[in-house]
Amino acid sequence: MIRQNNQHAIERDFRLVVDDCPVLQRFVHGKRLVYLDNAAMTQMPRPVMEAMQAFYTRFNANVHRGIHRLSEEATDAYEDARGKVARFLGAPQPESVIFTRNATESLNLVAYSWARENLQGGDEILLSVMEHHSNLVPWQQMADEAGAKLVYVGLTSHGMLDMDELAQKLTSRVKLVAITHMSNVLGAIVPVAEIVNLAHAVGAIVAVDGAQSAAHLPVNVAAMGADFFACSGYKMLGPTGIGVLYGRMELLEAMRPFNYGGSMIAHVELEKSTWAEVPQKFEGGTPNIGGAIGMAAAADYLARLGMQRVQAHDQKLLAYAFPRLQEIPGLTIYGPPPEQRGGIIAFTLKDIHPHDIATILDKEGVASRAGHHCAEPLHHYLGIPASARVSFYIYNREHDIDALVSALLVARKVFGA
Amino acid sequence: MPELSDIYSEVILEHNRHPRNRGRVESPTHESHCDNPTCGDTIDLSLRVKDGRIEDVKFLGEGCAISQASASIMTQMIKGMSVEDAETLEAEFRRMLLEENYQPDAAMLGDLIALQGVKKLHARVKCAVCAWHALDAALSGAATVSTEEK
Repeated sequence: MIRQNNQHAIERDFRLVVDDCPVLQRFVHGKRLVYLDNAAMTQMPRPVMEAMQAFYTRFNANVHRGIHRLSEEATDAYEDARGKVARFLGAPQPESVIFTRNATESLNLVAYSWARENLQGGDEILLSVMEHHSNLVPWQQMADEAGAKLVYVGLTSHGMLDMDELAQKLTSRVKLVAITHMSNVLGAIVPVAEIVNLAHAVGAIVAVDGAQSAAHLPVNVAAMGADFFACSGYKMLGPTGIGVLYGRMELLEAMRPFNYGGSMIAHVELEKSTWAEVPQKFEGGTPNIGGAIGMAAAADYLARLGMQRVQAHDQKLLAYAFPRLQEIPGLTIYGPPPEQRGGIIAFTLKDIHPHDIATILDKEGVASRAGHHCAEPLHHYLGIPASARVSFYIYNREHDIDALVSALLVARKVFGA
Repeated sequence: MPELSDIYSEVILEHNRHPRNRGRVESPTHESHCDNPTCGDTIDLSLRVKDGRIEDVKFLGEGCAISQASASIMTQMIKGMSVEDAETLEAEFRRMLLEENYQPDAAMLGDLIALQGVKKLHARVKCAVCAWHALDAALSGAATVSTEEK
């Protein structure tokens, strides 16, 4: 009975999320908005907007320098935000969390400040074929510069990372493993803790792209053992223009900054400068203070719901969506079975190009995505020119999937399939 | 916002199902490739031009209904046309899709008028012009173009 009540309370908590997000009250083309493009961008609940508004309306000031009340309040709020995001990610100390613009910039920080200094000719960088361009293009550049080699790990027939292949390719030549925690196309969850163990055994560093996982899975970077973990605010209920890089403290301390200017220095003379401590060393220029406050409020919002429950909610929707989608003739889902993925489904529909699917879904009020989803090599690997993608989040419910299925049937009808 | 039937008209769906002039012309004088990276559409265009006239034109490629239908209708219309007339048609087609409040010359555009509904779908205009980028590139001697280049 207690358990049942708990279940009711959880359902109610998730139902209330819809009311918290003003965008979700919208209509598009005369239809109720069914927002299923969460892997690209999540919608902001009011508490996140209110936290940012409080900064802009009450203590909008620069951080770490003004000797006045507003600046002190802004600095406190900014550092408090760092602490909240650090707690949310399970980082051992707030200082190990650096605010960036987004996961892309976080990974570029690792590329410029760590890889550039540590990679040499003949070294290898191990990646998966399902990486987002943001966890692929920087490494291509670094490999080019250093004369290092990119080594790719493929997928199993079930659409999961091939761990046997990974173990085989993870030799002592590998200096860096750059791996997603959850594919933004297949939804596949990657056993990063296991990869970290294997990588550390051969002396390699592991950079985890957590852009999707931070929003969909319970994350604990310390337990995971990751050397670096990157994520973006806007994929986890926060605003755009803010993300973080978590790094292991001893690595961060040894790294050179790559964004030079104000705020990141200790002393500046005419000919040379010394750097501030971590994390300020990596945060040159005035940061996105309002964004950091927003991201922390988003982390708080998710923490209140509980990331175990967020994952369970994904599971519930996937379990509902899979059979309903598989009933549609000609529809192929890519990637692993529901229990091995987060709330993302990429698919194709026979004889209808994904872009035509997306246009028709949009006319039916369903926001989806079509194309490569910034993972062009994965689509080549799968042998498809593009895919359609729907991605769920905490405010989605079964009736959104019903609307999706109806809209897909409209697409089939339009194309005479 | 146009209705679905304005975008996916019978003309477009029919050309998508049964594209005309698919393949590569024999002894081409002009060839080009166009990518639409946002969609993953590709068009490989080949032409044989003799004495300022397009004797033959064919395309290969894959993509959405809009990109493929646009290529199919284009090849159908410009086959046998002078290069000059094809360029005039291209300019009119682009104005129809890109210029606000433009009243296109329906007589000149023929079946291409079916693509007018795409104008309001900003994300899809690139799909419709991909084949025309390829035409432009082929006639001006470029080998590869992208819809990301203006």
